Amino acid sequence: MIRKIALTASALALSAGAALAAGGAHTHLEDVAFAHEGPFGAFDQMQLQRGLQVYTEVCSACHGLKFVPIRTLADEGGPALPEDQVRAYATQFTVTDKETGEDREGKPTDFFPKSGMENAPDLSLMAKARAGFHGPYGTGMSQLFNGMGGPEYIYSLMVSYEENPACAPDGIDGFYYNTAFPNGGVPDSCKDEHGVSTVPGSWIAMPEPLSDDQVTYADGHPATVHHMAEDVSSFLLWAAEPKLMARKEAGFKAVVFLLILSTLLFLTNKRIWAGVKGKKLA
Amino acid sequence: MAGIPHDHYEPKSGAEKWLNKRLPIVGLLYDTIMIPTPKNLNWMWIWGIILTFCLAMQIITGIVLVMHYTPHVDYAFASVEHIMRDVNGGYMLRYLHQNGASLFFVAVYLHIFRGLYYGSYKAPREVTWIIGMLIYLAMMATAFMGYVLPWGQMSFWGATVITGLFGAIPGIGPDIQTWLLGGPAVDNATLNRFFSLHYLLPFVIAALVAVHIWAFHTTGNNNPTGVEVRRSSKEEAARDTVPFWPYFVIKDLFALAVILAVFFAIVGFMPNYLGHPDNYIEANPLATPAHIVPEWYFLPFYAILRAFTADVWVVQLVTFLSFGIIDAKFFGVLAMFGAIAVMALAPWLDTSSVRSGKYRPMFKWWFALLCVDFVVLTWVGSQAAAFPYDWISLIASAYWFAYFLIILPLLGVIEKPLPQPATIEEDFNAHYGSKAHPAE
Repeated sequence: MIRKIALTASALALSAGAALAAGGAHTHLEDVAFAHEGPFGAFDQMQLQRGLQVYTEVCSACHGLKFVPIRTLADEGGPALPEDQVRAYATQFTVTDKETGEDREGKPTDFFPKSGMENAPDLSLMAKARAGFHGPYGTGMSQLFNGMGGPEYIYSLMVSYEENPACAPDGIDGFYYNTAFPNGGVPDSCKDEHGVSTVPGSWIAMPEPLSDDQVTYADGHPATVHHMAEDVSSFLLWAAEPKLMARKEAGFKAVVFLLILSTLLFLTNKRIWAGVKGKKLA
Repeated sequence: MAGIPHDHYEPKSGAEKWLNKRLPIVGLLYDTIMIPTPKNLNWMWIWGIILTFCLAMQIITGIVLVMHYTPHVDYAFASVEHIMRDVNGGYMLRYLHQNGASLFFVAVYLHIFRGLYYGSYKAPREVTWIIGMLIYLAMMATAFMGYVLPWGQMSFWGATVITGLFGAIPGIGPDIQTWLLGGPAVDNATLNRFFSLHYLLPFVIAALVAVHIWAFHTTGNNNPTGVEVRRSSKEEAARDTVPFWPYFVIKDLFALAVILAVFFAIVGFMPNYLGHPDNYIEANPLATPAHIVPEWYFLPFYAILRAFTADVWVVQLVTFLSFGIIDAKFFGVLAMFGAIAVMALAPWLDTSSVRSGKYRPMFKWWFALLCVDFVVLTWVGSQAAAFPYDWISLIASAYWFAYFLIILPLLGVIEKPLPQPATIEEDFNAHYGSKAHPAE
């Protein structure tokens, strides 16, 4: 019995203790109820289109999506833009043709441009390159229930710009205080005697990108900062994991198939052993 | 072949006899699949099949992934994205391969700990155990090099840290590190050789697995009682065993199907849970991640590596006695490899004449503590190297060594084992009642 408990415990801990906290500063993260969450969650096509609009009109000024082919905007399960709209969308970019070496208008087979600014990271995989949830105690087990939290991280970053805290009213020159950003600098006046930050978040180089009604949605959806942040986070998850829905479907089919197979094998096993084993006595 | 007496293959038709005279391959397969297996094996004996499946799955998915992957620092990361986005079913292949490594290690740790509890390492199965340890080492090397291939931040920095361990060897260390990397730092040469070896080692593992199976088919399986199968006659052996096919094949396939249901749920619904988000950032030699953490399956030994810092008195003593040749860093490396070495030496460190932990009242508790210790090491390996984690990892590492070097040798002398059943049949009948053997 002891052995069983011990082995089960080790197996559980082995699999669960794995997703690990990045540690860092204490930050506050909102858990957004995205449409794509859960085993049957699917991307909201209209939300992806709105997110694309926010990306195009705001983010793309500095950031790129260099791993995302423009043609995938037409993919089922993604923004699913009509082919002619995708062609029209591609023409806004100027691309250096690989074969001729000359600049030309973008085509759907091209990729999105890369970041135009040196210190603006590419956003293709950002929604998978950040984990939102690390707890409890840095075990990462909350990810079992909340997901990795990449889109939540992006959302929280968008909506968590705040006034400089009382410990550093002047902040850091050229940086902006954000309570969801873990990796930036913190002024010494906001650290305790062990050098640990006393304020949530840190200072980020990116100025607050969104303001209310910054874009005008074609579908009449209200364009508050919160809505835009949600839309663009969802779009960036699609950009990072375009096969999310196909993957969940494959996973679901496999699990159902394997459960049926398990049942059949269980019964077969019982039948086969019936000649050898009597009823369990002890 | 030596081993438990049983029926062998008899070629009947002319064609069978013709082939058997020239290549007795059917007989070999027959003997392998019909091997007499102790009938009391419990559910902890399923891991061998799970592991075989994992190896096959990793090789098959890996071969297809290679068709689309480019081992070059400028293209590796992008080619993985190409697999994830454009290759038919590529996202499943890649996630299966990535999570398959974790399934492989879950299974191998349970397999190893099963062996440690039931004394599967003891005579006459020492060779099986040693080959198993070699397989485990080859698995770790393969997994480590495979993790470098996507060329993400953790790939790059993990490779930098781990090859740095070899740099800690006094004198020749830096030369060895340069030789491993193919240059002064992790770069294209490193990626290329890791790719080559990552493709080669699984086939080395497959060969070792064949020898592993050959070895325990010669000695016969261990079993939960640790009592050997009677071999004085075929009839007596048949009372303790059933043939592997169909009894254990179906049982193991059932277990495999259940485990795969869980596995596919992880691959389908949370494929990145066991990974590290930083590996979705392309490798950048100029930006060191805040925390470089190895994959979960290396954490117990990573914890041991980090546990022995310069302020531990044992380290200071060894440094003093070796005139400073063994510094704290090298001591940590020795401790890490030593932790696996003492496990490999278990057959000679365990002095008890009783094989199964079931009949060892004191051993049971020390073994349970070892299981807890392993979990604690896994957890603490993921934490920052600061108080209180430094103390926890030091205590947990000390227990790992104490278990193998002090407790196992001592227990055999001071422990009074419980009475063991005379035969496997007796134990089996006590649990399930006596039923006619199918052969009768």
